[in-house]
Amino acid sequence: MTIATSIDDACAAMKAKPDALVLAGGTDLMVEVNRGIRPINDVVAVGRIPEMRGWSREGARGEVLRIGAGTTCADLTEPTIASLVPALAQAARTVGSPQIRNSATLGGNLATASPAGDTLPVLAALEAEIELRSVEGIRRLPLDEFVVGVKDNALVPGELIVAVRVPVLDGPQEFLKVGTRNAMVIAVASLALVVDRFGKTVRVALGSVAPIPVRAIEAEVLVAERLDFDGEVPPDSDLVDQFAGLVADAARPIDDHRGTAAYRRHAVMVIAGRALRRAFPGSSKVVE
Amino acid sequence: MTADVLSLTINGQRREVVDALPGESLLFVLRERLDLAGSKNACEEGECGSCTVRVDDELVCSCLVLAAAADGCSVTTVEGLADASEGSRLADVQQAFLDAGAVQCGFCTPGLLMAVDALLEDEDDPDDLMVREAVSGNLCRCTGYGRILEAINLAAASRRAAGEQGVTP
Ligand SMILES: Cc1cc2nc3c(=O)[nH]c(=O)nc-3n(C[C@H](O)[C@H](O)[C@H](O)COP(=O)(O)OP(=O)(O)OC[C@H]3O[C@@H](n4cnc5c(N)ncnc54)[C@H](O)[C@@H]3O)c2cc1C
Repeated sequence: MTIATSIDDACAAMKAKPDALVLAGGTDLMVEVNRGIRPINDVVAVGRIPEMRGWSREGARGEVLRIGAGTTCADLTEPTIASLVPALAQAARTVGSPQIRNSATLGGNLATASPAGDTLPVLAALEAEIELRSVEGIRRLPLDEFVVGVKDNALVPGELIVAVRVPVLDGPQEFLKVGTRNAMVIAVASLALVVDRFGKTVRVALGSVAPIPVRAIEAEVLVAERLDFDGEVPPDSDLVDQFAGLVADAARPIDDHRGTAAYRRHAVMVIAGRALRRAFPGSSKVVE
Repeated sequence: MTADVLSLTINGQRREVVDALPGESLLFVLRERLDLAGSKNACEEGECGSCTVRVDDELVCSCLVLAAAADGCSVTTVEGLADASEGSRLADVQQAFLDAGAVQCGFCTPGLLMAVDALLEDEDDPDDLMVREAVSGNLCRCTGYGRILEAINLAAASRRAAGEQGVTP
């Protein structure tokens, strides 16, 4: 058992003990340990590494936010994150319960790489970069190269997720999640929508409807051409419907105990339209 | 097989555990090695909240805390809510649960008390949404929650009243 207090410590321990399990908040790992399906011999605990918690602005104009992988979901709901990356705060806010959010970390959500991981569609829409460290050095991977399959990621033995980088965009963001109740629910379908008013683009990604988070590129292209990015004129219902249809087309859902593929496709269509309307409510001065 | 000595501060008292095996949860250590059976064991997957404790002040499910990783931490369990120095005086949240009749089988009560105590530390006058959110990680299968919500309002009121009189709860 190593309780690491620095990234270097953790990486050295992981190198020395290649079979050790990395433990952050324990909300995924301990479920498996308690069930007896995850043998536990040695552990490198990374929950007490100060440099892995919290965030900082980077770039000449602070246009990038670097968030430590050990930041908890509870911390992600704080006002700074809620204003700089609203969709991430919204997603973190839907994870589990207060108890779970106090433990669950961003890095753990990424490493688990569940199709239903709530931060993943947000990170996909933001085209986040994942920073990995090992005794060999640093690797930086875009999210779509990091999450490679159902509960499968690109980590190599000895490698630790240390941070996530996301752009600070000017424009509205939405995260929507469909499940059977408000709290403590694994998403049946989820969606993140982020707007870059400056670059005049909209990016949309879906969770729980494919093995990995999927982008809805055709829908993005459609709205980028037709939206009023100044937000004065809201999208008309024709555009919303076309957008929602294209987003639903991007989903590759399956039937499982949480819902059927058909239900998921429908749910995606509904939340896609809702997200676009919420992001572009229009200015009240405009009379339709 | 035995792990190193584990040292925890539990409800203000330093406790050492010498016989914990790797993989034991904090909940297991509390109940089976330290004879603190107040924290309940039900789902072992963080869904029910009946094992809720504070670890270094954070409200968490003790079933999901690896005991060995909590070495050196300060833990508050339901046993630590009542003020031992004042005889058997119950904490305000405990008294409120009794007064409102919010306890039926009682299994969920310790976890709920911990969650409500944490809520009232942050919010002295929580609205209904805040209350529901604060206990969303604690399942009760008996009461239908009505009396529990009443008890929480009662506890909040009594803590506010105590605060106005300058009494620490
Ligand atoms: C009751 C309950 C409700 C939940 N609800 C939700 C929900 O609504 N939405 C959701 O998305 N998830 C949910 N989860 C799942 C879980 O809480 C999240 O996936 C969480 O983010 C995991 O983080 P952790 O720090 O607890 O990870 P851990 O359990 O500590 O670790 C998980 C995995 O990631 C690895 N790991 C952790 N940190 C790192 C790192 N820095 N570098 C490399 N590998 C690492 C570990 O080795 C392990 O394999 C829930 C879990 C429970 C128990």
